[in-house]
Amino acid sequence: MDFLHQFVQQLINGVSLGSIYALIALGYTMIYGIIKLINFAHGDIYMVGAYIGFFAITRAGLSIVPALLISMVVTGILGMIVERLAYKPLRHAPRISVLITAIGVSFFLEYASMYFVSPTPRTFPEVIPSVAFNVGPFIVNGQQMLIMGITLVLMLILTYIVQKTKLGKAMRAASFDVETAQLMGINADRVISFTFCIGSALAAAAGVLVGVYYNSIDPLMGIMPGLKAFVAAVLGGIGILPGAVAGGIILGVIEALVSGFISSTFRDAAAFAILILVLLFKPSGIFGKNTREKV
Amino acid sequence: MGTMLTINDINVFYGAIHAIKGVSLEVNEGEIVTLIGANGAGKSTILRTISGLLKPKTGSIQFEGQEIAGMPAHEIVKTGISQVPEGRRIFAEMSVLENLELGAFTRKDKDGIKADMELVFERFPRLKERIGQLAGTLSGGEQQMLAMGRALMSRPRLLLLDEPSMGLAPLLIKEIFTIIQDINKTGTTVLLVEQNANMALSIAHRAYVLETGRITLSGDAKELAASDEVRKAYLGG
Ligand SMILES: Nc1ncnc2c1ncn2[C@@H]1O[C@H](COP(=O)(O)OP(=O)(O)OP(=O)(O)O)[C@@H](O)[C@H]1O
Ligand SMILES: [Mg+2]
Repeated sequence: MDFLHQFVQQLINGVSLGSIYALIALGYTMIYGIIKLINFAHGDIYMVGAYIGFFAITRAGLSIVPALLISMVVTGILGMIVERLAYKPLRHAPRISVLITAIGVSFFLEYASMYFVSPTPRTFPEVIPSVAFNVGPFIVNGQQMLIMGITLVLMLILTYIVQKTKLGKAMRAASFDVETAQLMGINADRVISFTFCIGSALAAAAGVLVGVYYNSIDPLMGIMPGLKAFVAAVLGGIGILPGAVAGGIILGVIEALVSGFISSTFRDAAAFAILILVLLFKPSGIFGKNTREKV
Repeated sequence: MGTMLTINDINVFYGAIHAIKGVSLEVNEGEIVTLIGANGAGKSTILRTISGLLKPKTGSIQFEGQEIAGMPAHEIVKTGISQVPEGRRIFAEMSVLENLELGAFTRKDKDGIKADMELVFERFPRLKERIGQLAGTLSGGEQQMLAMGRALMSRPRLLLLDEPSMGLAPLLIKEIFTIIQDINKTGTTVLLVEQNANMALSIAHRAYVLETGRITLSGDAKELAASDEVRKAYLGG
């Protein structure tokens, strides 16, 4: 019983951590879907989002939800600017050039942040009262509720946008076949810009939520979660939205179980072991299909 | 019957490959014009250039008096040109309905879109039965119909068709060609690229023959079909 109890408790922790990975992984996978770029700067976008949320709370005195929204909007715009300045000029360049540029953007964001906000970690203010809810014998704390709740709401909104709106359909069409999308009258540049905006806004939400969860943010905080979210996106099948969510949650749960039952030192190793296993045995990911249209 | 599309001396390159070498052609309003030629002659390249997916290095393309060479592809659709690309290129992971909706992407007149969708379903009743089905699960013939229906959803005045008969059974090819004639009769001008020269020449008014990036013959479709050169090279005797 004690084992089962701890197992379920770790599951709860894992799902909340996994929600964060899922939010970041969605941006990875959306951007990959549309321009086939592994945007290595995505983790740093998440870091910038955390800082914007931090300043919105500490300087502007906002509460968590408005701070989250402001961070999402500003970071979304930042994502569009990065795309416009760094990636758009390379639209017809070899993929490796774009990838190297993404690494450059990543360093730029990390070290520009250090310059502007100092490398010292900041303590994220306590934005929600530290309460714990008892669900049967299990404990879910306020931060976890916030993370899971906001992630759920954002995913519902994203699903609606992607499935039902005209822009969402344009996104799906352009991800599938950008040339034919253009033949439909879809402006690919606009769709790509919009994709960066949404992906960056989701990463910003993750950044703010992590600030709330771990209370500490710093300019290099995006590196590890960025890599983990990349693993999550590959695990779920890169380019597939539900795959990113599933991959994120699975990764979070595995990490929580490894830290809970083995040792937290092996947490990161577990994540990368998963990457290696997926690449070896099912490179297309859990949700990946190998078949496409009939010719 | 005025000239609708005038291509004047275009040159198109893929990097260093000179794919289209000084091609000029005209399509008049109300016509079916066919462009025939062997594999790699440059037929698709010409259609892709008209649609704006490729830019000609030199030369001009005028549609209804407006210069469109160099315009982005998504703007060219709005001028009234729509393409059914080679290999159909339907959005396999989206439903039949969503594919048709995407065809109307540039339009805002909800009622008009609805009416045109009904017309597409009248023309292709099989699509209506499969409206919610994923497009990738349709048969080859149904996918061709979907690609044509999708192109019609922008209500084009000029329809570009790239090898609509590709990979289809003879009976289905006949059906598709009857539909093309029908689309033309209801007021849409057609530029048809085909390897099946026989079928193409039988429904076209005029034809151009393309060989390695150059137009080598042109004229009345019936006359070309009867000429020795065309019969030897493209009609198997
Ligand atoms: N993306 C490309 N890059 C380089 N060369 C290309 C490209 N696309 C086509 N070509 C070349 O341009 C020439 C014309 O090709 P195109 O596809 O227009 O021929 P086509 O007449 O449509 O042939 P098919 O009947 O086989 O479809 C060919 O020599 C082809 O190899
Ligand atoms: Mg071709």
